Amino acid sequence: MEITQILFWFLSVLAVFGALMMVTSKNPVYSVLWLIVVFFAISGHYILLNAQFLAIVNIIVYAGAIMVLFLFVIMLMNLNAETEPQKNKWLKIAGVVAGCSLMLVFVAALRQSDELLKAPVSMGGETGLIKTLGKTLFTDYVLPFEISSVLFLSAMVGAVVIGKKGD
Amino acid sequence: MILLAVDWALVLEKLIFIAVIITISLVVALYMTFGERKVAAWIQDRIGPNRAGPLGLLQPLADGVKMFFKEEIIPTSSNKVLFILGPSLAMITAMLTSAVIPWGDKAELFGRTITLQIADVNIGILYVFGVVSLGVYGIMIGSWASNNKFSLMGGLRAASQIISYELAMGLSLIALLMITGSLSLGEMVKQQQEGWWNFFLQPLGFFIFLVCAFAECNRTPFDLAEAENELIGGYHSEYSSLKLGFYLFAEYINMFISSAVMATLYFGGYDILPFYDETAWGLSANLMALLGAAALFVKILVFIFIFMWVRWTIPRFRYDQLMNLGWKKLIPLALFNMLVTAAVILFLKK
Repeated sequence: MEITQILFWFLSVLAVFGALMMVTSKNPVYSVLWLIVVFFAISGHYILLNAQFLAIVNIIVYAGAIMVLFLFVIMLMNLNAETEPQKNKWLKIAGVVAGCSLMLVFVAALRQSDELLKAPVSMGGETGLIKTLGKTLFTDYVLPFEISSVLFLSAMVGAVVIGKKGD
Repeated sequence: MILLAVDWALVLEKLIFIAVIITISLVVALYMTFGERKVAAWIQDRIGPNRAGPLGLLQPLADGVKMFFKEEIIPTSSNKVLFILGPSLAMITAMLTSAVIPWGDKAELFGRTITLQIADVNIGILYVFGVVSLGVYGIMIGSWASNNKFSLMGGLRAASQIISYELAMGLSLIALLMITGSLSLGEMVKQQQEGWWNFFLQPLGFFIFLVCAFAECNRTPFDLAEAENELIGGYHSEYSSLKLGFYLFAEYINMFISSAVMATLYFGGYDILPFYDETAWGLSANLMALLGAAALFVKILVFIFIFMWVRWTIPRFRYDQLMNLGWKKLIPLALFNMLVTAAVILFLKK
């Protein structure tokens, strides 16, 4: 086994284990912390794919900012198993059905992954680097890129409107 | 069968270098606690610690030993795992940044060329930024696990403060990146060696970065997270013994590392003199690397002194003042700086 393979298996096991622990933890604070572990494992995968920029941005944005806000809210509301209201039976059944449907979609999507594996993937030294990424974003994908910035602007305006409602 | 095709000599070299850097960080942080008390005494016209050893130089060791032998208290109502995880995380995130800082130029030792940098990744500055944004977890987790209202208040203050000041810090860095065109810290230092130090090109950006670094390190005037007259001890109210020591120590390591980052980004890193080509001295590579590392440490010490100087001169902000400064002054200022920098670069390229 090569070192990249060992790292791949280590990170994969870590990601799956972290995700399972995140879902099964009773304490929401533990769930948030396990989710952060998952993000780190996924960032590790990005680095293995030579996408260093994506890896570090994943950590800055998700682990560093969004999960801090999650933790913030959970700590302030002090959620735990005792204060959590019991959900009724129908809601649980609906949850199981929704989960199974999602599983079905995943299986359908991954069914043909064997064929994709055969196609050569060029992961040259330059692919995931910030220079290549920037050039591609501002030439081939400039319109979607700019439109997504409008999306962020609308989210900001929405947050300000919600914040100002009380006054 | 070859299990791992790895250059073991390189691994060994890096391991030794990491150990050296961590030891240096710890020793510097240890003596920063001493320096802090001496500077405070000097500013307040006192003598300061002078009993332990000659000139009081053994004072930090005495403090450390005291921390070790204090009673270890874990509150019964706390979450034990997270209570221990908190200070450990604070310490780890404080140490992680040192991996991408170029401590000196290439040196030759035992026939090997050794780069005095643990990892010259091509996203170095983003790595620093990522680790800084993770630094808040140690404080938040510890403060929540203590199960104490005052601790939680301190933790929440720290979190919102760090998130707020990260934005201005990032914006001031964007202006710098426009000039250098590279995210690698090693590359940035090389550019500054050949041209101007970035401080002369980005004075406003440096000022914003400095203020944000104060806020990210939770130092006065931004130490709202441990405002002792309102929150007892803030996030570490419930901590005792070496776990408290870890929190306090992490703050000093953070100061050391952010001083190193500022020296690297804006003051030429291991470049010895601005506007001067040191190769004209004709010294050997090893000596130059040593002199460069020494120059970097002098710059770091100057920044550390500024950290302490500000702490003992400026009183603590009120919380609304802190937020106003971050969101309504520094962020617009950083945006203005970014626009001006972009305009000038565009104008010069025409």
